[in-house]
Amino acid sequence: MKILVCISHVPDTTAKITFTPDNKEFVSSGVTFIINPYDEIALARAIELAEPAKGSVTALHVGDASTEPTLRKALAIGATDAVRINAQPRDGYYTAKQIAQYASQHSFDMILCGRESSDHNGSSVPAMVAEFLDIPSVMFAKKLTLEGNSAVMEREIEGGKEVISSSLPFVAGVGEGMAEPKIPNMRGIMSARTKPLAVVEPVDVPQLSKTLRYEKPEARSSVKMIAAEEAAGLFNLLREEKKVI
Amino acid sequence: MSVIVFAENVQGKFKKSTFEAVSYAKAIAVKLNLPLTAVSIGQVADAELSGLGKYGADKVLNCKNEKLNNFNVQPYASVIAQAAKAEGAKVVVMGASFSGKGVAPRVAVKLSAGLGENLVDLPRMDGSFEVKKGAYSGKAFEYIEILADVKVLSVMPNSYKVVENPAAAAISSFDAQLTDKDFALTVKETVRASDKISLPDAELVVSAGRGMKGPENWGMIEELASLLGAATACSKPVSDAGWRPHSEHVGQTGIAISPNLYIAIGISGAIQHLAGVSSSKVIVVVNKDPEAPFFKSADYGILGDAFEIVPRLIEGAKAFKASHN
Repeated sequence: MKILVCISHVPDTTAKITFTPDNKEFVSSGVTFIINPYDEIALARAIELAEPAKGSVTALHVGDASTEPTLRKALAIGATDAVRINAQPRDGYYTAKQIAQYASQHSFDMILCGRESSDHNGSSVPAMVAEFLDIPSVMFAKKLTLEGNSAVMEREIEGGKEVISSSLPFVAGVGEGMAEPKIPNMRGIMSARTKPLAVVEPVDVPQLSKTLRYEKPEARSSVKMIAAEEAAGLFNLLREEKKVI
Repeated sequence: MSVIVFAENVQGKFKKSTFEAVSYAKAIAVKLNLPLTAVSIGQVADAELSGLGKYGADKVLNCKNEKLNNFNVQPYASVIAQAAKAEGAKVVVMGASFSGKGVAPRVAVKLSAGLGENLVDLPRMDGSFEVKKGAYSGKAFEYIEILADVKVLSVMPNSYKVVENPAAAAISSFDAQLTDKDFALTVKETVRASDKISLPDAELVVSAGRGMKGPENWGMIEELASLLGAATACSKPVSDAGWRPHSEHVGQTGIAISPNLYIAIGISGAIQHLAGVSSSKVIVVVNKDPEAPFFKSADYGILGDAFEIVPRLIEGAKAFKASHN
């Protein structure tokens, strides 16, 4: 059982988000970076699946050298080895192409990614990797078990769920519920220092899109307080003042 | 040349999010002076297909194939990409539903197209092609220029209004070339709660947090939601504790929603929660803690205990319904 887990390096969920004065770039100084929360779930499930099968879990990340602590954390949590593709990711297409290129040279049984990254809120990488490799993809997977030579997954759909069976290999975009994120223990942290972390140079990818700028959402006007005794009148206000019901 | 839109159906019926995508695609087609072709996959009756004309579909390609009655990401991507090529599509649009988010990237790779995903507004098309999406989990917007000749766009539910713009909707059948490899996934079971309003599509959402004390107290939340025709949602601690399913969790690591009205009951408003709901048009916060940060991000606030306020809201909703029916 060989599993590839794709890791995004994202600002901590409580981080204050600021941009350069021209709004073209995110200001990363002073910001703590973490493993993308969904990727942590994917990593936890990969470790659960690989351990009893004496398999391996490779954590892969596309980023520059400054992101290595994030990959070391994945090793501390329990990944067997790590790979950093030495490039500044441009967009989902670029990242997916780098992952697919690496995966095509190492026969993985499955590739797990978080279903979305919490920085660019992109959800394209899992399906793009699968399309480059011409293998199945399942997005919003919230359960994953192995049954012989196939995987059974549950994916989220509007107002319900769908149970899907897939041949191996496949790519899953992992959502909440598949596993509990694992916290590294002291032994994990110690061994992470000596586990292999390979650096691979990127392949050329045509540029299909580019980020122009960022913008902060408009602040809401100040809150209008309604006295507790008047609570029942809320819906008339919502109709008269906001026309939302 | 044309603009095409994937018209997703649920059990043979189009939903509001599909009409939003068709309306969005029509606005692009009008701006580019191109015809709009809708692509339907699976079993949909002709009368339902003609209904796409109301929102501006000039043509409807009907790919009827009993193997495609359930959404299946690979063959669906193949059909959409083949339809795009047959129609000379410059822009391919679909709703950013759970399925749409899964299929759009595959279509983009097949067409070597630039992908604009989870868009919240129409693109700007004066020379360059600029799209707008949410970033940093609701804490910012990102503007992206799509450089590729062909664009694949997915539009967030509740971000673009359904607009009527009648067109012919001439239906023709469409056969795609599919291989065994397209069917590596098998749908074993689909479970849909027919009486439940789907959270990402909901215009009204009633959400509750730890202030409810326990799962046994959700009856009043469900009653209020059902009176309003709203979907129910919850905060992360609530789904983590197993009081409510993960599918109801809205926030940074849950579902991001943008309903017209979001009523938050007993939710303090941590930054991770706000991230998922900040694009709601109107926010009402009910909390007994005057220092709850959520009040700073709300349009209306009610200070009080949920167990005292929610029954009053239920009374209010009943009276409101009675006077507006």
